[in-house]
Amino acid sequence: MVPQERLNQREYVLCTCLGVTSFIGFWYLAVLFGFVPKQFLPAPHDVFLKFVYLINEPFSGYTLLTHIASSFQRFLSGFILAVVVGVPLGLLMALSRFANQLITPFFESIRFVAPIAWVPFAALWFGTGIGGPVLVIFMGAFPPVLINTYRGATHVDKKYLEAAKMLGAGKFRLMVEVLFPAAIPSIIAGLRISAGLGWQSLVGAELIVASSGVGYMMVKGQASIQTDIVMSGMIAIGLIGLIIDVLLRQAEKLAIHYKEI
Amino acid sequence: MADIVFESVERTFKQSGKEFLAVGGIDLIVKDQEFVAIVGPSGCGKTTCLRMVAGLDMPSKGRVLVGGNEVKGPGPDRAVVFQQFALFPWKTVQQNIEFGLKSMSMSAAEKRDKTARLISLMGLEGYEQAYPHQLSGGMQQRVAIARAYVLEPQVLLMDEPFGALDAQTRVVMQEELVRLARKNPKTVLFITHAVEEAVYLADRVVVMSRRPGLIRDVIEIKPIREKEGWDSHSQIEDVMDLSSFVQLRSQIWKLLREQNLGVDH
Repeated sequence: MVPQERLNQREYVLCTCLGVTSFIGFWYLAVLFGFVPKQFLPAPHDVFLKFVYLINEPFSGYTLLTHIASSFQRFLSGFILAVVVGVPLGLLMALSRFANQLITPFFESIRFVAPIAWVPFAALWFGTGIGGPVLVIFMGAFPPVLINTYRGATHVDKKYLEAAKMLGAGKFRLMVEVLFPAAIPSIIAGLRISAGLGWQSLVGAELIVASSGVGYMMVKGQASIQTDIVMSGMIAIGLIGLIIDVLLRQAEKLAIHYKEI
Repeated sequence: MADIVFESVERTFKQSGKEFLAVGGIDLIVKDQEFVAIVGPSGCGKTTCLRMVAGLDMPSKGRVLVGGNEVKGPGPDRAVVFQQFALFPWKTVQQNIEFGLKSMSMSAAEKRDKTARLISLMGLEGYEQAYPHQLSGGMQQRVAIARAYVLEPQVLLMDEPFGALDAQTRVVMQEELVRLARKNPKTVLFITHAVEEAVYLADRVVVMSRRPGLIRDVIEIKPIREKEGWDSHSQIEDVMDLSSFVQLRSQIWKLLREQNLGVDH
């Protein structure tokens, strides 16, 4: 990494504010000079007002907060499923060459397929209720969990494995009591990437849902050329994504309470 | 019976495409309940010998037998105390010591009793819930020894267990080990490069040479130790002052120095 000089508290706040204001400034300039018709590029304050409006007034059946809640529920289902499947599978691949060779070719080809490509099949196989959207989110969130668990578990210091074997631990205990805890830092790094990708896949996932969700709201807004609604949805997705990442970083601190010796 | 037998054991390693002989034909018998120390310069293959008894490494030729059975892999009947302790950093002191017992068939109460006994024997009371990184090096090593002892193994394998400790802690640990070993004898294979340590602890000292690792000589300590009454002294420095100790130490030093002259410089 290129060494960077550290910012003090004042510079830190100043730079953040400068970045945000110049972004909004350019946005206003773009609107003012009319690079794109106003209908296609709403002004920042219009988007902000729409955002506040959507919190209180329902659009496409629900208020913004209800849309967010139903999106979050879908995201959580897909994300948890990715963790429940990805972590044990990654550990198994690290433990057994047989399992590794069995899964790797299949996995390596599937991970390059964008989650949104699964939309038609998700709808056909699992329907447009809870199943379909969850599959799309799962497809986004699953690869980083698996890869990071596997990498973390294969980089475990050999001395811990040798100690565990010497103490009579079988394969299951090796997996649960040595590989898993040793891989936790890498797993959590994977969870952060996977939460990002899963949450990103939301709009794709909600192309196929019937009635609610931020993605659904954006699709409806797009259909009626209400760009301020689409942008409000983008802001909501961005903000919730930020909150998810902050929560996972806290989880990281809680999980790694010990130091290597 | 838990004797260790090396039957013309060889071990070759591949290093950047070339094969080299790390251990070149070892024949050695460690008798049941005997404490044998192996000394030798670094790179003489002494750690490899210990790892082959532990089942963490396999001979390229020959066999290693423990209690008459060929070693096929690691197991709790041959507990290892590693040079770098290898305590699980994500487990507490108590959980580290209990780890090996969890795979054994005995009642929970019995496991608890055994763990508690080792914790008190090693002076670790009050640190049961601490994590390894919160302990000093000496205490970490006590946990590592407790973790091995609690299994009540037939064979104890110690790979420079005191190498990472400061001088004062090392002396305390050596005296403790002597007390434990004399009171409750086990078959012990002890690797070290410290000659004093080997003479003080062992019944016999095996001197190895390097490239390839071969047994240069075997020195009997036990008959002299018993005749001169070393164990009546509770402190290591008193034993080290005895002329019988000094004599054995310089005898081994000379053996090591002779082969180092040829190889090292």
